[in-house]
Amino acid sequence: MTSFLEGLFANTFWSAAIKVVAAFALLVANTLILVWFERRVVAFMQNRIGPNRAGPFGILQTLADGLKLFFKEQITPRKVELGIYLMAPMAAMVPAFLIFLVIPFGAPITIGETTVTLQGTDLNVGLLFILAMSSLAVYSIVLAGWSSGSKYPLLGGVRATAQMISYEAAMGLAIVPVVVLAAVTLGEGGVGAMSLARIVELQQGSFRWLIPGWFVFWLLPSFLIFFVSAVAETNRAPFDLVEAESEIVGGYHTEYSGIRFALFFLAEYVNMFNVSAIAVTLFLGGWLGPDLGLPSGLAWVMPIFWFFLKTYALLFVFVWLRATLPRLRYDQLMSFGWKVMIPLSIGWLVLFSVVMALNTFGWPFDVPEWFPWA
Amino acid sequence: MSKPPDSVTGDTEAPPPGAEQAPPESPGDQGKAKRRVVHDLWLSGTEAPVDTGRFTDEGAQEMLLEEEAAVLAGQRGTLVVDDYAAGVEPSTEQTQIVNMGPQHPATHGVLRLQVELDGETIRRVKPIIGYLHTGMERTGETLTFMQGPTNVTRMDYLSPFHNELAFSLAVERLLGLEIPPRAQAIRVLMTELNRVASHLLWAATTGLDLGALSMMIYGWREREAVLAFFEKTTGLRMNHNYIRPGGVAADLPDGWEEDVAAIEETVLAGLADYEGLLMENPIFIERTHGVGVITPEECLAYGVTGPLARASGIDFDLRKAFPYSGIEQYEFDVPTTEHGDVYDRFIVRFEEIRQSLRIARQVAETMPLGDYRSEDRKVTPPPRARLDQSMEALIHHFKIFTEGFKVPAGEVYEAVESPRGELGMYLVSSGGAKPWRLHVRGPSFANVQALPVMLTGSLIADTISALASVDPVMGDVDR
Amino acid sequence: MTTEPTEIRSPGPPYDDLASRFDSAEFEVSHGQVVVRVPREDLVGFVDAAKVAGFRMFIDLCGVDYLDRDPRFEVVVNLLSLEPPRRIRILVGVPGDDPTAPSITGVFPGADFYERETFDLFGIEFEGHPDLTRILLPDDWVGFPLRKDAPIGSVPVQFKGSNKVS
Repeated sequence: MTSFLEGLFANTFWSAAIKVVAAFALLVANTLILVWFERRVVAFMQNRIGPNRAGPFGILQTLADGLKLFFKEQITPRKVELGIYLMAPMAAMVPAFLIFLVIPFGAPITIGETTVTLQGTDLNVGLLFILAMSSLAVYSIVLAGWSSGSKYPLLGGVRATAQMISYEAAMGLAIVPVVVLAAVTLGEGGVGAMSLARIVELQQGSFRWLIPGWFVFWLLPSFLIFFVSAVAETNRAPFDLVEAESEIVGGYHTEYSGIRFALFFLAEYVNMFNVSAIAVTLFLGGWLGPDLGLPSGLAWVMPIFWFFLKTYALLFVFVWLRATLPRLRYDQLMSFGWKVMIPLSIGWLVLFSVVMALNTFGWPFDVPEWFPWA
Repeated sequence: MSKPPDSVTGDTEAPPPGAEQAPPESPGDQGKAKRRVVHDLWLSGTEAPVDTGRFTDEGAQEMLLEEEAAVLAGQRGTLVVDDYAAGVEPSTEQTQIVNMGPQHPATHGVLRLQVELDGETIRRVKPIIGYLHTGMERTGETLTFMQGPTNVTRMDYLSPFHNELAFSLAVERLLGLEIPPRAQAIRVLMTELNRVASHLLWAATTGLDLGALSMMIYGWREREAVLAFFEKTTGLRMNHNYIRPGGVAADLPDGWEEDVAAIEETVLAGLADYEGLLMENPIFIERTHGVGVITPEECLAYGVTGPLARASGIDFDLRKAFPYSGIEQYEFDVPTTEHGDVYDRFIVRFEEIRQSLRIARQVAETMPLGDYRSEDRKVTPPPRARLDQSMEALIHHFKIFTEGFKVPAGEVYEAVESPRGELGMYLVSSGGAKPWRLHVRGPSFANVQALPVMLTGSLIADTISALASVDPVMGDVDR
Repeated sequence: MTTEPTEIRSPGPPYDDLASRFDSAEFEVSHGQVVVRVPREDLVGFVDAAKVAGFRMFIDLCGVDYLDRDPRFEVVVNLLSLEPPRRIRILVGVPGDDPTAPSITGVFPGADFYERETFDLFGIEFEGHPDLTRILLPDDWVGFPLRKDAPIGSVPVQFKGSNKVS
């Protein structure tokens, strides 16, 4: 049996195929749980009970909703641009699933002689790939809004363009210090500083005393900027203007129904999970964590557990924000993005780069003991 | 976006093609209302108009294209010239007309706003109402004075007690009827608690419209405590038919003092929560400061009353100016603020909740003993036990529940301070058992009318917060 | 039990000025409320003067159909003075064979919706109103339902577009 598995993973083609299918299944299953998680948490914050009927603790509620959407009529309004209208939901989903392929969600497993990485593929430009894919995500929303041939979706699409482009800049700038730090730590000209697997490995060890060596302790401002931008990038409250149901009805997905709407919905939650996973990978040590002395046959469980625990902790913050904050207005969102987030991230990037350069080439004065970047 | 189809041409003079298909013309009936050729959108299947040859007023209430609109000033909210309205300039950019409602998620019922947008900036607004019109004023003419509260309580369904109270006060003024002090105190207690419930629901839905989801549930939670008390007292959660000409329908239930105290405790605790959740939240402050502003002059000109006027700095409350039901015996303050924006409306309404609870506490402390309705057997039915003993009681009972009581001829206007403003009832009696004319001056009607004033020149997201802060109840607007 | 309406010229300080300026206006106190009957042609002038005299807030405008009385209709305007708190109710007779009245939207823009409503339900036309269209009823409704001679109960419900050409 083991030899069969080993053979399977030793073959590049089968290994990739299994990983892709597994990632897809994992994301879909995770979305089911995530939606249920969100509804339950919001319900408890609002003194409600939330879905508790379908399955144990109502955990199958999302499945039931999904099946319902699957069998519903897909209404196509008369004035749509049909090709683009049909393509947009898929265009929303594909980048969302692709992003997850470069994220390592567990420690590499050794089966016999073969080492299997729990990651679709370890691109050496993984970070660039993530940025590129998240840029693609905006197209689906804009095209959905435009092709619906209706006014509210158009407004939603216009809002989406402006919002996602603005916050993508801040998000990209917040990632650069990670690359700088990784490159400096790696040495050797910084080759591989954009590979997510390498970035996780670099966070092993400790920062000070018992505090783990996660990048967040060096790069707290970057982490905060990244997280806020991520909330905006995924159109979640309080930045959910793109689909603000009390203003522009449903925004870009107003004219979508049935499974097409479900694909948008799925993409939104997969994106939410992705940005949290990226934040965990870049700043919170990825799958690193104590193994708690499990037997070696089961040791591979713990990294996966830590990865999902950290990710869900961030997702909890997403849900918490949604239950607490009112929605921003369009102009306030834009001015916050361009006048606060981007200057902050640029300022922090310059400051951090200067510190790193001084670290490499020597400080003109004595650096105190507690200085974290020394 | 392309412009809407050019379907709004045609006027009274031009002979329409195929005029013989037109419905019979009756100039006295239809008057000078705007007319146009019918373009049937359903027939054509597209937005390209198909001329059906009919000739009606279809679409006359809708927003007109710029070149035709003689009422632009009204739709821009610039009828009152002041500093605020003077800055609005028509732009030559391409604009689009968007329908918000009657099935929009944020229009609180079936209000329809036609909004002309320039990007996301609002150039013109036209409220279109009537989707909930059920002819209640005419219905009121067919019901006796005894049955009247059943009808009016369904108008402003969020403050049913105020409707009933205004109607009862009008009838009692025509009758010249004295109401026992206990009945008056009960009326004050119920209407003030109703104000609390209404403001709580307003805070809940406004929070929802601003995207603060939790606020919705919290507001409903505290309102539930008040509604439970209403149910205990009147048997119903809304549409109570409790305050009637001559007094109230039943005495307060046992243990009502504890209930009122519990309500006060619950709601005050909730209010502290809301203030933490909303009033100190930077995003909320950003969203509400300087949004939906209406000046005192505009309030006066448009007949905007209630919390909206008080938020604009008009220190006027009917409970102080024209006290009713002995409300002058209780101590309370009238909160006013000066900016007239959405944030100030929150301040005013939250403070009004506190003041109403203060009145309710004083009522609970000083509740007079005595009868809960007038002893005038021509107006109020006799107690059940008397029917077995007294022939006269039986006759009174029979007359009241078959014919109703007769009210002397005359006309009278009575107004109470409802949660939304001045709720007036203009009642004309011809001496019979039914009103000759019942007109309701709904506060929301005037407040909705002032929406163009508040909205012109703002962003579409501000529409939502301004509209929600007006607190329109469509049952009150359309009646 | 009822207080009979008493004919008086000057019901109090805020009304004095108005009473002296308009000889045609008949003041009376009905059930403790000040009512003034004004001829149709004087309505706008009187409302304007009342606004100057302190009744600065527009409250209400509605119609009444007295059917057998002459004039048949009455337009009722309610104004409010904030300081001191006083009300004034202006009644204007409108004959049934010529149901028109002058519009007061020039004085109080807030009368806009109320005049449309009165037009909608009574068929009283307000001359000078900028946009006199139906407001509560559908655009193609025939008749004025609050007139006393409008039938109730026996009319099929009219829906917008129900008599569509097919």
